[in-house]
Amino acid sequence: MSGFSALVARDLRLVWRRPGDVAVVLAFFVVATTLFPLGIGPEANVLARIAAGVLWCAALFAALLSLDRLFAADLEDGTLDLLLLAPWPLELAALAKCCAHWIVTGLPLAALAPVLGVAFGLEPDVLLALSATLLVGTPALSLIGGLAAALTLGARKSGALLALLALPLCVPTLIFGAGAVEALATGGDFGAHLAVLAALALVALATTPWAIAAALRQAGE
Amino acid sequence: MATALLEVTDLACRRGGRKVFEHLSFGLAAGELLALVGRNGSGKTTLLRALALLVRPDQGSIRWQGAYVGAEPEAWRGRLAWLGHLEGLKGDLSVAENLLAAERLRGAPPAEDRLDSALVAFDLPALSSRAVRTLSAGQRRRTALARVVLAQAPLWLLDEPLNALDAPAQAAFRAVLERHLAAGGLAIAATHADLGVPCRTLELGSTAYSPPPSSGEVAEGLRGSAASHDPLRPFGAPPPQEGGGGERKT
Amino acid sequence: MADLHFLANPARYRRFSQRVLPSLAFATVLMLAFGLYLALIQSPPDYQQGDTVRIMFVHVPSAWIAMAGYGLLAALGAALLVWRHPLAALMARAAAPVGAGFCAVCLLTGSLWGRPMWGAYWVWDARLTSMLLLFFLYLGHIALSRAYDEPERGDRAAAILALIGVINLPIIKFSVDWWNTLHQPASVARLGGPSIHPSILVPLLWMAVTLFLLFVLLVLLRTDTEIDRRRLENAEQQA
Repeated sequence: MSGFSALVARDLRLVWRRPGDVAVVLAFFVVATTLFPLGIGPEANVLARIAAGVLWCAALFAALLSLDRLFAADLEDGTLDLLLLAPWPLELAALAKCCAHWIVTGLPLAALAPVLGVAFGLEPDVLLALSATLLVGTPALSLIGGLAAALTLGARKSGALLALLALPLCVPTLIFGAGAVEALATGGDFGAHLAVLAALALVALATTPWAIAAALRQAGE
Repeated sequence: MATALLEVTDLACRRGGRKVFEHLSFGLAAGELLALVGRNGSGKTTLLRALALLVRPDQGSIRWQGAYVGAEPEAWRGRLAWLGHLEGLKGDLSVAENLLAAERLRGAPPAEDRLDSALVAFDLPALSSRAVRTLSAGQRRRTALARVVLAQAPLWLLDEPLNALDAPAQAAFRAVLERHLAAGGLAIAATHADLGVPCRTLELGSTAYSPPPSSGEVAEGLRGSAASHDPLRPFGAPPPQEGGGGERKT
Repeated sequence: MADLHFLANPARYRRFSQRVLPSLAFATVLMLAFGLYLALIQSPPDYQQGDTVRIMFVHVPSAWIAMAGYGLLAALGAALLVWRHPLAALMARAAAPVGAGFCAVCLLTGSLWGRPMWGAYWVWDARLTSMLLLFFLYLGHIALSRAYDEPERGDRAAAILALIGVINLPIIKFSVDWWNTLHQPASVARLGGPSIHPSILVPLLWMAVTLFLLFVLLVLLRTDTEIDRRRLENAEQQA
């Protein structure tokens, strides 16, 4: 595990050196969500009705936006070879990279979403629910997006391709993430939705690290 | 001749449907250095990557102390120190941070004194807190070489280690390499230049590009055997100090 | 000797395909002719939907084939990644656009069918939405396999994607069904309901077999082309 935590620590330190990269992603999240009231109109009950879906979609886009550098930077400076040559499983390295990505995007997005939810007129308990669903669901986004990033490593036009690969695979997470919030607002079963969301994250956790490792090995060939 | 620690038998690699090399066999004993020479595109880097299991060979075997390295890839990777044509350094981290991060990625927190001695070996102490992105190409190469030393691995795989190094840095590299070999380490280096250390030479190359077989040995470009008592090229059997004999003599 | 590594399997495949393709093409044309007779003339119009029900004879088999096609991509992906079977890569490259084509036919016919049934060309019906997402998965596969300068890299990346995709396909379907029941009244009629009269079932199954043969025929033909293309690229590289 020492290699795992070392890799997470290294990536966090790199982000710490360039906090602007995270700030841009969060700024995108804020700006993108603000566009919806401007485009749809400030009618309070419409906004409250669409808030969960809008915030979840914007969080999904924001998470993807920051992903195309996840492995590309390591490929460009040769540190990917060091990961491939580390004497512990590459699957753990893949997990560590996604973990670091989640800490610097998923966590701040989950923290920021309730603030934006206020602007959409959500009730306090719904705000909390929104934050909880993002907390549980964004790990799946980091893992699936990490897979897309690894698969498109070295490809032409990798940014757009990454989104094309990741978005359909993120649909279940989006449905249950936004659905959970809506369930709470409309008197449905919030706990059941959250449980399914957690199950989706676990499925991603169980399947993607292997696929990411396989993709990274091919990128190293 | 000492028994070979590393044995490569009948190795073949292809990339994109094109043969890079085939029927490549050699052995390397403790304390030996193997210089890979050959034209651009002759497969030196591919061979290094195949030895590190980064490229899957189409054929052949790689054994360490008699055991196939592919059977326990993680143990094998732990025995390697790698220097690619890219340095493997993060521009935003300092020299010392890079070295420590690389060492922790290998699963072992390094002792401070080893870090210091690696820095000293390549004249890096003054630069140790500078961000790598502010360094010159030669300074980066020195940092990457310090990373190789720090890894304390028995087998070094080096791709053009002398690239961008000035004369003092080359001398420092030679000293470090000699110390590694004297301690029973092995090294394989792809190189165009004279490593300046006694070594065996393995010439890679395709038939189309191989020079006329002046030495009478290299009739086929893809000759793979390299034995110290049976040098393939005249400069393969070095006098002690003159070493690898410099650039191709054709 | 080493050259056979790449050519051996495709060469054997080529001999096989040259023997099979003509008769397969002939059988497909005959079956299609009879299937169209069954579907368009012989089978009765639906008492509610009238003649528009005939769209189903293309729509439903296309959906089945599109799903089976993605399963084929995953199986070929496994064959490539596990056994490094060179033919699997070429066949996956050949099959993906054909599967996507059937998926597109399913979506188009679904939309044409939806107009008289629902009064709109597109309704967020659970099955149609799942097919749309399957279409996106196909697009991703096609784009990824062609996104690299080295075609082998694209083949293997797409193989990994297909394997992950096939694991996620049931999850996507389940989520979309859930989402659909959550957001839509259940009274909306479903395409291809469970109660199908034998007079419709026979042509439906006939068309399913026929279109499946068409799928196989197209994939085999395109695999031939892919083999030629790859040989040409290799020859250019070696020259």
